[in-house]
Amino acid sequence: MEIVYVYVKKRSEFGRQCTFSDRPAETNVDIHPDPSLAANFIERNPVDAGAQCASDMSEHEVNTERFEMESEGVNHLEGGWPKDVNPLEMEQTIRFRRKVEKDENYVNTIIHLGSLMEHCIKQNNAINIYEEYFEDEGTADVADEPPSAKTINVFRDPNLIKRTATHLSWHPDGSKKLAVAYSSLEFQRSSKDMSYESYIWDLESPNKPDLVLRPSSPLVSLEYNPKDSHILVGGCYNGQIAYWDTRKGGQPVELSTVEFSHRDPVYGVIWLQSKTGTECFSASTDGQVLWWDIRKLTEPTETLVMDISRKGILENALGAIALEFEPTMPTKFMVGTEQGVVISCNRKAKTPAEKIVGTFSGHHGPIYALARNPFFPKNFLTVGDWTARIWSEDSKESSIMWTKYHMAYLTDGCWSTIRPAVFFTTKMDGTLDVWDFLFKQNNPSLSVKVCDEPLFSLRLQDNGRFIGCGSQRGTVTLLEVSAGLCTLQRNEKNLATAMFERETKREKILEARHREMRLKERTKSEGKEEDTKVESEEEKPEELLARVQTEFFDIIEAELRRRERAARLPKTQVPRPGLPERWAEAQLHPGAGVSGGLADEPSAAARAGVEPPVLWGDQRKGPCDE
Amino acid sequence: AEVEETLKRIQAHKGVIGTIVVNAEGIPIRTTLDNSTTVQYAGLLHQLTMKARSTVRDIDPQNDLTFLRIRSKKHEIMVAPDKEYLLIVIQNPCE
Repeated sequence: MEIVYVYVKKRSEFGRQCTFSDRPAETNVDIHPDPSLAANFIERNPVDAGAQCASDMSEHEVNTERFEMESEGVNHLEGGWPKDVNPLEMEQTIRFRRKVEKDENYVNTIIHLGSLMEHCIKQNNAINIYEEYFEDEGTADVADEPPSAKTINVFRDPNLIKRTATHLSWHPDGSKKLAVAYSSLEFQRSSKDMSYESYIWDLESPNKPDLVLRPSSPLVSLEYNPKDSHILVGGCYNGQIAYWDTRKGGQPVELSTVEFSHRDPVYGVIWLQSKTGTECFSASTDGQVLWWDIRKLTEPTETLVMDISRKGILENALGAIALEFEPTMPTKFMVGTEQGVVISCNRKAKTPAEKIVGTFSGHHGPIYALARNPFFPKNFLTVGDWTARIWSEDSKESSIMWTKYHMAYLTDGCWSTIRPAVFFTTKMDGTLDVWDFLFKQNNPSLSVKVCDEPLFSLRLQDNGRFIGCGSQRGTVTLLEVSAGLCTLQRNEKNLATAMFERETKREKILEARHREMRLKERTKSEGKEEDTKVESEEEKPEELLARVQTEFFDIIEAELRRRERAARLPKTQVPRPGLPERWAEAQLHPGAGVSGGLADEPSAAARAGVEPPVLWGDQRKGPCDE
Repeated sequence: AEVEETLKRIQAHKGVIGTIVVNAEGIPIRTTLDNSTTVQYAGLLHQLTMKARSTVRDIDPQNDLTFLRIRSKKHEIMVAPDKEYLLIVIQNPCE
C-alpha cells in the first residue's frame, strides 16, 4: 500500500494578496416578514428525523517512513606527538619522554599533583562514601508477580516472497546474534523467484541482517557450533549439508555431495560433543540419520536407517522430523518421526539393529519437537498433533503427563534452561504458551499471542530469559519473559523430581496391570483354541454344526445379559467414547456386584493405592467431545 | 628523584591499579600500565578533562577545574589537572 498526496502550487498562481481592513457594520438588505405566507404553511406531524448519539468517526491512513539505523565506527589512532617524533619508533618516543621528565615545570607539577592525588586516594581508602548498607534487603521477592512476556524486537524476512522461519539458533556466547533458517516447507509451493538466503540477525539492528547465508537450496535447519561460534552447519531443503565460517562470508565453505546426502529436507542438524568440535549429525524425512565431519563433508562418516523392524530397509524407514541429542549422554540420541513414534537410539551399539534401542508411541501425527529436560534427562518432552507430552524413559508404553487437546496444532516446544518444571510451546494460532506444571497442570500459566500468523519454531536462549519465535511468514519475534519464569524457585528441583517420579510410578503400575490382563486373556483364548483343535479332529460334520450352534446362542445370551447389566449401572459409570482404555477400566470399577468382563477386576489404580493421577486438561473428555 | 618517589608512593597505596602522567597533547609520559591501555586511557581522559575544564570555565570564567573523579562500576578514575600535565590514577576503592 502506498498512498502519497503531493500538492504543488506556485505562489504566483495564488492571485493577489488579500488586504483586510476594519470598518463599521452596515446593512445591505433588509427583508421584513410577510404575514400572508403564514397561512400557506402545512404542519407535518409526526416528523421523522435521524439523530446520532455517537460522535462521528472517520478512518485515515498514514504511511510513516520506517526508521532505519546503521552502526558506524571510527578507529582512533595514537597521535599528538610532535612532528619530529615518530610514535612507532621506540627510541624517539623514549628520548622525548626523558626530555619531558627533566623539565623543571614537569617536576614541580607532578609533586604538586601528587600531594593532591594522595589526599584523594587516602580519602577513598579511609571511607567508602557509597557503601551500600542494606544490600540484602533490596532484592524483593519476584515470586508473587504474575508471569508475563514482552516483545523486545521483531525481525522480518526482508524478501517480498515470505518464507517460513523454520529453525532458529542462538549465538553460543554473548547471545547478541540469532541465526534463522528460512525455507518454504509447503510441498511444491516454492515459487521460482523465492530467495534461498538465510540470515544471522544482530539483536540490536532489526533492519539489516548481520550476515546473509547463501546456500544452494533453502535452509531448513541451521545450528551454531557450540565450540566455535564462527562455524554454522545447515541442512538444506534438497538434503545437502553445508557449513559456513562467518569470517569467510556468506558462501558455504563446503557442501556435502548430493549422492551421499539425504534425499528429503534435512529437518535436524545437531553438533556432537567431540574433541575437534567438527562432528555433527543430521536427520531427514527420508528415514536416514547421517553423521558428518565438516573437515571432510563430501560423504557421511556413518549412516543409520530409521527402520524399527531393525532390518535396515530404507523403504520401511520412518521419516525423521525431529532430532534430539544431550551432550551429557554422548552415545544416546532420539529421533521423532512423521508417524508419531519417538525412536531412542544408541550410536555406539555394535550392530546397526542394536542401535535402535526402543520406541515410544502416542502421538497421532508428526513429532515436531523433542527435547530432554536439562535437569532430568530421563524425562523428555514431545510436541505433535494437538498435545505436548512428557515421557519417562522407564515407561515405554505411554507418556507420563500430557496436555489437553488444543484447538490448534502445536508446532514446536522446548524446556526452560533455568527452571526444570517450565516448558514453552508454540501453536498454529500464533500463540506462545508457557507451562509451569508445578503451578498449573491443565492450562498454560501464560499464553501470549505473538502474531496473527502461525508460529513455526521456537528457541530459548541459554539464560532462559529470551525466546525467539519464528512464524510461517518469516517473522521472528524476540520475547523476554518475566523474572519469575527464569529464576529457579525454592525447592523446585525436588518438587519436579517428585512429580516426575510419581507420574512414572503411576504409569508403570497401570502398565503392569495392563500386561497382566492381556496375558490372562491370551492364556484363556489359547486354552480354548487347543480344545477345539483336539475336538475338531474327531468330530463329525453334524456334531460340529450342533456345537457351533449352541456356542453361538451362548454368546448371544451372554451378550444380552451383559447389556442388561450395563443398563442397570448408573450412567456416569459408562465409559464415553474417546476415553483411553485404561481410564475406562478404572472408572468401571466402582460398579459393585458386577461379574465377568473387565469390570470384574478391581481397578489397577485403586488396588495399588495410587493417588488420582494428575490430569492435564479434562481427561474424562476425549478429543471428539471437544 | 623526588618525582620518582612521589609516583612510587602513590602507586603503593591500597587499591591503586595504575598511574599515568599525560602531557598537554595527550601523550603519556609515564605509566605503570601496558602500552595499549595507557594510550587508550591517556587519549580519552585527556579529551574528557579538557571538556570538563572548558565546561567549568564557560559557566564561570573565574572558575577552574581542580580535580576530576569518575566513579565507575569497577573502579574510580581520578584526574588531577594542571596547565601542562595530567596525573591519572585508577583505583579500586572497595578493595
